[in-house]
Amino acid sequence: MTITATRPKALVLRGPGTNCEDETLRALRMGGADADLLRSDVAAREPGRLDGYGVIVFAGGFSYGDDLAAGRVWGASLRNHLGVALRAHVDRGGLILGVCNGFQVLVESGLFEPEAEPSERSIALFANASNHYECRWVTLEAQESRCTWLKAGEQMPCPVAHGEGRFAVTDDAALERLKAAGQIALTYVHPGGGEVGYPANPNGAAGDVAGICDPTGRVLGLMPHPERNLDPWAHPTWTRLPASRSEGEGLAFYRALVESAMGASL
Amino acid sequence: MASPGSGAAGPASSSPLPDAWRVEVFRRDGVDDPEGVHAQAALTELGLAGVASVRLGRGYLLPPGLDEPARQRAMKEFLVDPVVDDVRVTAPKAEPAATRGAHRVLVARKPGVMDPVAQTLEDALRDDGVLPPDSRGAVSTFRAWEICLEEGADAGALDAAARAALANEVIEAISIGTEALPYGAPEPRPRHGRVEVPISGLDDEALVRLSTEGALSLNLTEMKEVQGHFAAEGREPSLCELETIAQTWSEHCQHKTFRGVIEMDGEVIDNLLKSTIAKATFDLNKDWCVSVFHDNAGIVEFEPDVDPERGGWCLAVKVETHNHPSAIDPYGGAGTGIGGVIRDILGVGLGAKPIANTDAFFVGPTDLPEEDVPKGSMHPRRILRGVVDGVRDYGNRMGIPTVSGGVWFHEGYVGNPLVYAGTVGLIPRDCASKEVHAGDVVVSVGGRTGRDGIHGATFSSIELSEESEMVSAAAVQIGDPIMEKRVLDGLLRARDLKLYRAVTDCGAGGLSSAVGEMGAECGAEVDLEKVPLKYPGLTPEEIWISEAQERMVFAVPTEKLAEFIAVFESEEVEASAIGTYTDTGRLVLRYEGEVVGDMSMHFLHEGTPRPTRRAEWIAPNHADPGCPGPGDTGTFEAEETPWNAAILALLGRPNIASKEWIIRQYDHEVQGMSVIKPLSGERGDAPSDGVILRPLPDSKKGVALGCGANPRYGVLDPEAMAEAVIDEAMRNVVACGGDPDHTAILDNFSWGNCDKPDRLGALVHASRGCYSAAMAYGTPFVSGKDSLNNEYRVGEETLSIPPTLYVTAMSRVPSVANAVTMDAKQPGNLLLLVGVTNAELGGSEWLDMLGLEGGRVPRPDLERAPSCLRKLHGATKLRQMRACHDLSEGGLAVAAAEMCMAGGFGADIDLSVIDREDFGEGYDPDATLLFSESCTRFLVEVEQGKKFNFQTKMMGIATTPIGRISKKDRLVIKGVSGKALVDLGVDELRDAFQSGFQG
Repeated sequence: MTITATRPKALVLRGPGTNCEDETLRALRMGGADADLLRSDVAAREPGRLDGYGVIVFAGGFSYGDDLAAGRVWGASLRNHLGVALRAHVDRGGLILGVCNGFQVLVESGLFEPEAEPSERSIALFANASNHYECRWVTLEAQESRCTWLKAGEQMPCPVAHGEGRFAVTDDAALERLKAAGQIALTYVHPGGGEVGYPANPNGAAGDVAGICDPTGRVLGLMPHPERNLDPWAHPTWTRLPASRSEGEGLAFYRALVESAMGASL
Repeated sequence: MASPGSGAAGPASSSPLPDAWRVEVFRRDGVDDPEGVHAQAALTELGLAGVASVRLGRGYLLPPGLDEPARQRAMKEFLVDPVVDDVRVTAPKAEPAATRGAHRVLVARKPGVMDPVAQTLEDALRDDGVLPPDSRGAVSTFRAWEICLEEGADAGALDAAARAALANEVIEAISIGTEALPYGAPEPRPRHGRVEVPISGLDDEALVRLSTEGALSLNLTEMKEVQGHFAAEGREPSLCELETIAQTWSEHCQHKTFRGVIEMDGEVIDNLLKSTIAKATFDLNKDWCVSVFHDNAGIVEFEPDVDPERGGWCLAVKVETHNHPSAIDPYGGAGTGIGGVIRDILGVGLGAKPIANTDAFFVGPTDLPEEDVPKGSMHPRRILRGVVDGVRDYGNRMGIPTVSGGVWFHEGYVGNPLVYAGTVGLIPRDCASKEVHAGDVVVSVGGRTGRDGIHGATFSSIELSEESEMVSAAAVQIGDPIMEKRVLDGLLRARDLKLYRAVTDCGAGGLSSAVGEMGAECGAEVDLEKVPLKYPGLTPEEIWISEAQERMVFAVPTEKLAEFIAVFESEEVEASAIGTYTDTGRLVLRYEGEVVGDMSMHFLHEGTPRPTRRAEWIAPNHADPGCPGPGDTGTFEAEETPWNAAILALLGRPNIASKEWIIRQYDHEVQGMSVIKPLSGERGDAPSDGVILRPLPDSKKGVALGCGANPRYGVLDPEAMAEAVIDEAMRNVVACGGDPDHTAILDNFSWGNCDKPDRLGALVHASRGCYSAAMAYGTPFVSGKDSLNNEYRVGEETLSIPPTLYVTAMSRVPSVANAVTMDAKQPGNLLLLVGVTNAELGGSEWLDMLGLEGGRVPRPDLERAPSCLRKLHGATKLRQMRACHDLSEGGLAVAAAEMCMAGGFGADIDLSVIDREDFGEGYDPDATLLFSESCTRFLVEVEQGKKFNFQTKMMGIATTPIGRISKKDRLVIKGVSGKALVDLGVDELRDAFQSGFQG
């Protein structure tokens, strides 16, 4: 792989139980970034290690076993040890992505509602309506949102694999507030259009929400895994699709992320 | 209830009101509580009438001295979600506040039983400053179920239902209507050093009693061997030594039966393993076999062209059984089963990276009437749900995709279910072997040692009984997958830094087996007090044989020790030097300076007596039931369209019906390598034959996994069964694109008590089948495992499981771009039947559904089958097939139905074009063609224009165009006489396929 000075830098943070770091690194590299891996406790001790990265990614897995609640323990530790550094990263134009457990961690950390105390949080990800873990492919659609590197209206197939991915809000007003603020970034849709019931919405998420961003649009979290759809053979019906497909649809997502990070002034 | 007068709450106190803060976290009103809903269903299923609602409180016990700000901090930061949760806090020794008239059922792990959530919480609270830095064991967890009954419902029935549905009393304490909860560490045992066991003067009866009472599972011959050995040394053994021998000689660790001497039909078989299964491997002598039979797993070459400086990449594979622990505690047993086999892969060579898990379950019928469940056993439904949850929670947390396996249902597993778990690992070739040097440090890595899993190895080697549930509580282990994930992360880093010379896992027998095995060729000394403990008060023997999970043992050169420990520390894993490998040939155990064991490694590993066992095989005597057509059976003759009814009924049979409810609970996509998934088709709801993964991003090569098993064949004819299930595993991998000439297979036997000649005879027959099939297909066995003594005693009666051979096939796929799925692709394309259908319905789904026993068990034609597989693979490489599905349970009828359902298209099939022998009297030709389970057959979709090329490629193998894919969405089958037999809509097929037990 050729490495040039113009490639944006991406950092994947991992905690105990993170398990999607390899495919996430690969996705970032295929998307055009130079990507590194770092343990988040090292970053907590030396926050300067985050400097110079255009994008920081929290990869999927089961941080601390998801004991207590998905992402709870790592999220609390981020808030207490790395919150300032992550905020500074966003303030200077850096991007943050959380996928699956990374999304759960970001929600728990409070990054999506920078003004709220942890006990005032109005969004949550909790047990799927089925009350069990589920692995299946879904279709996502980007919405008009503050996350400008996602092109509104575009659809992408990729898998979900989680037990606690149901997006919930304290009340309908909270969902309206998020919509009005342009924070609803990705929703589950039925590929053919029409009613989005189970299994198109795999977990019972309120408003069919699959991913949200923070008020700046620079912090994005989503439950599904675009990094598991990089190759033409990943799609569940690829043997029925035209042989001309040269890559998985998830690659474009990471390419757009990396391109957007190129613009970050760090 | 009155609160206790005295405050004598020492460790492990379960005084009626716990001396701890109790925090119970419920779902807020109006927020779904799916766990409550599931529990309600489970209670209702057990016959508890009038359950109005159930809700779950996730409970935490916190130290009584925790002040208000600290409690608030703990709740806000860690325990309570502000969006979905509500909380109830109860003060130490106080009654809980209003519970809205609900019946409360509290469930908590017994003291000393592993509780990873409590550990995580305590660590987090310590790091956060809520608990002092030296806090250990100050936090525990429980579940508070609140059950509201309708007015007039029988509250008295709640007790039994709650015990069966909400707790496993082997490992959990349950309080119904009281607030008692265990809190604190288990009682310490009295301290002791060397304990001598007088054995020299014991007669036969006393020797047997010693073995039984000590749970040693050594038979009289072995006890006498031990007695003789210590007599020759002129001393009595210590308890530690006796335990070490029992662990090392257990059937579970030693495979005494397979390696023993067997007399059968006047012939003497010296070592069944070496003369059949391993013989095939050595006779075939494939150059791509890198390491077979002597390490924790088999290793084969995979991709020599990536990273050639490391010798390229290999695949390691292992499949294990975890039957007895899963019978007692399905969730913990299956979880630690998968955890254990993952450690086998971490401990093969210098360690491989796990990339796939497999699992297979053999359980009783899910519709078994409650009254037929033997005393001391669980209902098959509960077992199946528990083992699925166990594999899910362990495998998913490890980040290893669970991709392949199966479930088989048979009455013979009611008292003794089987759980197989397998793992595939990726390893650079230069890490495929290991070597211990004298002077290397014995380092134990991973979880702490507790009193869990004492005597697991010896327990696995005895039959289950009504009392097993009670006596073997200590044999149950609970897993902590995130600890194992941390070990994995540290191990791969330490491996690539070359910080150690050898590694093995702590499995059955714990440290005794791991250190004993690693030091077998040289010797070892261990200081048992250096092993880190979960809580104080373990005896030296308990430390030595505990099967506490998530531990590995390494041989580390002294000069690398500090760096080695630092790598694991950075992953939050303890690594402790506990001893030294020596060159003395002795295994020396010390506890606080005192020698508690000093024994010969040679005796330990080579001293097992090899008694001669007698074997016989008498085939079951059934008249040939033939193969009636549906119209000639009591089951279907009254139906308006008997053939339609028969096919729908077959699709709903438990062994055939959809297992989607299981598969989707496993993460089969993690690591981003999946090419052919366990489910195929337009809607992803049809069963794939094999699965394919692409493990290396820089290579297009793939690995295909498949499996085969059939207990009903095993009962009738174990030798044919072995050949048939190997054929099935081969069909699975070849159908999707695996190269039959680069396929390794694994044998996993679960059998009855082989001291009984008929069980052993069946084992000999099956092993011979393994040899002939492996030789014919050119597929070496690279690893295997046996679990014998799968018998269940009820009163005077002992019941054996059916002979069960589970075969796994792992095959290399030259290019994943050529992989083939089983779903029908395009209306108008031809359907070709590959292979020959014989009158082989013995053990078939069809006859079983009709309640008919006997018949000829399917058996592959070992002359033709290998060339069929090779040619089919050739056609795959030329992309001649649009779809390919193997024929297995339910035969052609089921395969055609599955293909249609998967593709969302119909098919027109004509049976009259099939060349066939006369099937004989009593065999309806249509039923035989549709339902026979003859081996080495496939249903293949080929474009009209490629038919000639395909048939040319398959020259010499029967390939019959039997019909076409149709646009009509209906499966239409015409019989041999031209009569219309079957006409079913694709939706009807799908509904029938999905009509079975769904968890």
